[in-house]
Amino acid sequence: MDNSTLTGLLHGLPGVDQVGLEGRAATLATRSIKKDSKIWAIDTAISMVDLTTLEGMDTDGKVRALCAKALHPDPTDPTCPAVAAVCVYGDLVATTRACVGDRVHVAAVATAFPSGRASMDVKLMDTKQAVADGADEIDMVIDRGAFLAGNYAKVFEEIVAVKEACGDAHLKVILETGELKTYDNVRRASWLAMHAGADFIKTSTGKVSPAATLPVTLLMLEAVRDFADQTGTRIGVKAAGGIKTSKDAIRYLVMVNETVGENWLNPDMFRFGASSLLNDLLMQRQRMRDGHYSGPDYVTID
Amino acid sequence: MPFDYAPAPESRSIVDIESNYGLFIGGSFSEPTSGEFFKTINPATEEVLSEVAEAGQADVDAAVAAARRAYDKTWSKMSGKDRAKYIFRIARLIQERSRELAVLETLDNGKPIRESRDADLPLVAAHFFYHAGWADKLEFAGYGPDPKSLGVAAQVIPWNFPLLMLAWKVAPALACGNTVVLKPAETTPLTALAFADICQQAGLPPGVVNIITGAGETGRMLVEHPDVDKVAFTGSTEVGKAIQRAVAGTKKKLTLELGGKAANIVFDDAPIDQAIEGIVNGIYFNQGHVCCAGSRLLLQESVADEALASLKRRLTTLRLGDPLDKNTDIGAINSSTQLSKIEELTASGEAEGAERWSPTCAIPDKGFWFPPTVFTNVTQAHRIAREEIFGPVLSVLTFRTPEEAVAKANNTPFGLSAGIWTEKGSRILWMANQMRAGIVWANTFNRFDPTSPFGGFKESGFGREGGVQGLGAYLNVEDPS
Repeated sequence: MDNSTLTGLLHGLPGVDQVGLEGRAATLATRSIKKDSKIWAIDTAISMVDLTTLEGMDTDGKVRALCAKALHPDPTDPTCPAVAAVCVYGDLVATTRACVGDRVHVAAVATAFPSGRASMDVKLMDTKQAVADGADEIDMVIDRGAFLAGNYAKVFEEIVAVKEACGDAHLKVILETGELKTYDNVRRASWLAMHAGADFIKTSTGKVSPAATLPVTLLMLEAVRDFADQTGTRIGVKAAGGIKTSKDAIRYLVMVNETVGENWLNPDMFRFGASSLLNDLLMQRQRMRDGHYSGPDYVTID
Repeated sequence: MPFDYAPAPESRSIVDIESNYGLFIGGSFSEPTSGEFFKTINPATEEVLSEVAEAGQADVDAAVAAARRAYDKTWSKMSGKDRAKYIFRIARLIQERSRELAVLETLDNGKPIRESRDADLPLVAAHFFYHAGWADKLEFAGYGPDPKSLGVAAQVIPWNFPLLMLAWKVAPALACGNTVVLKPAETTPLTALAFADICQQAGLPPGVVNIITGAGETGRMLVEHPDVDKVAFTGSTEVGKAIQRAVAGTKKKLTLELGGKAANIVFDDAPIDQAIEGIVNGIYFNQGHVCCAGSRLLLQESVADEALASLKRRLTTLRLGDPLDKNTDIGAINSSTQLSKIEELTASGEAEGAERWSPTCAIPDKGFWFPPTVFTNVTQAHRIAREEIFGPVLSVLTFRTPEEAVAKANNTPFGLSAGIWTEKGSRILWMANQMRAGIVWANTFNRFDPTSPFGGFKESGFGREGGVQGLGAYLNVEDPS
């Protein structure tokens, strides 16, 4: 699609009223989830976690420990579900795949994550190498500079090219909503990514503040809902960064439930990109099971 | 649905409801001279909550006399600064006891705890705080260098927002130096009686606030009492007209806040997801028991089908049931009388050829309930487009041009509120200027704030409540509105 067609398409989307959107997200956040529904929500949230480490100081040892945690989040309880995926930088994909086998997905951030400021060849190489090393999910970043400059065609073509480079791997497209700034931009970027072939749209890299918020995720859920209505294709959503507590995670699940419904309430359609969230979910899970709180030393810190 | 929310009821043990209540006159509770009591029930279960006194003529006389005494001896002589101390104290006590008051409101009224907790109670406290701030600054309100109070105010309030309507009436009256006799609605007297307890707790001088319970007859005796200087009424247009007739030819100053049939107008460039929320909030908030409810939805034809589909999808997620459950969106209808009225008007909608739709939702066995309902193919001629239903019933009409939207929106004897949904700022301003309505919301609906004046045009009443303009209703000045 050329730039003027894309501009027409994206600028023709309905606007977003900031006060109304934030008000709706705040109202949904007052839902009170207790007892059986809480137990279900916590296990579902655990199974949706992309357990992530994206640090310059990452090593094989760190990644191996994270993989063990991903497979058995609560070693004291075999009924605890595994997480959805382990998410690492491209050079650690091989180590990760060797550790987890095919028991959880391996996601790699690619395309010059987190800034995306590299040549197209580098971005494609980055992607292909990760897939060759065993990644079955690629988390790419969009070129926010091009998007903000109105060069939608460049963003579109990059996503198409990366999707092709992914082969069978699932493509998550990171919008970096904290840099897009306005809700109107988030809606436009969501549709741009979906039209270009994204399997998932993802809020953030986790390297920019704010990362995922309830209103921004609500808006992206509305976008995938409308896209499914129009095209019949269901796109997933990943909320990444800043989600630290079980209470937060349950609020996201409520929002998924009441915006797009049960078809999205599974790890194939909704993910949390997080690291510290998992331990809070595990502590809440232990409390629901045992009737009392344990403590930070009763969950593992890997 | 795998994610079925388990019941999360708010505990009712936080409230102590007495088995019966007398009348709050002159700072203490007393038995009614009539000896008569009536029951107040929980509309969600039909359980009797308490019995309250039915005030007769002698009781009304006693209440007005107590208010007159307190006005002459204490309240009119007190400095604004000292009045403010009492009102601030009341505001703080309301905040401290807000959970208890929210549960009590939900029990007696049937509204969801989410609303009484998140909307009613914060606004109640805000109204007292706001007006407390005015008490010692009235000379700066634009009503002259030394505006005077009126005297004794007779206030009659409805059942849809029992404590909030009390706050709208009592807070400005006290701030301006008047004393009050207030009659809550007969189906929802309990939070007003809890407020009497708060007045005692705050050490408010006896007689400054008097609360007498009873039905329409008690209200009539109160507003017709010769020693009353001010009458303020919120309720139906029919009763409002009767009050205006009764007050005509007397020196009594009158404000009326009556019915409405607001148009919520959605243009094709509206922020559609937020507009859908605004429509839902406009008509299903508080079971549609809202005088300013957006009961007529005017959709631009070019987006009507799409918007209706979104609206229906959204309505399937509304949760109707136990009002004390924190996840309930739609509570109980306040009384069997009101339920019959809603049923009668919706039946007329079908009979006149409009198309009725409701999401499937389980209705509890006991209590008074009505599912959220949408009527399409409605025309201006239908009763459901002209008469106030005061229930969770939306009438959908369409329009082609902004001029047609204006004409249809204004084509009603009412004129309380209107909503405009468009991303175009200039159109918002143009539309707002055309609307014959006291409140116009742009890209939102049912937003309230004590700083913002509230009141109607035409048969929706006159006088303003809230804001600087609202003070004029309780001061001895020409009403600026």
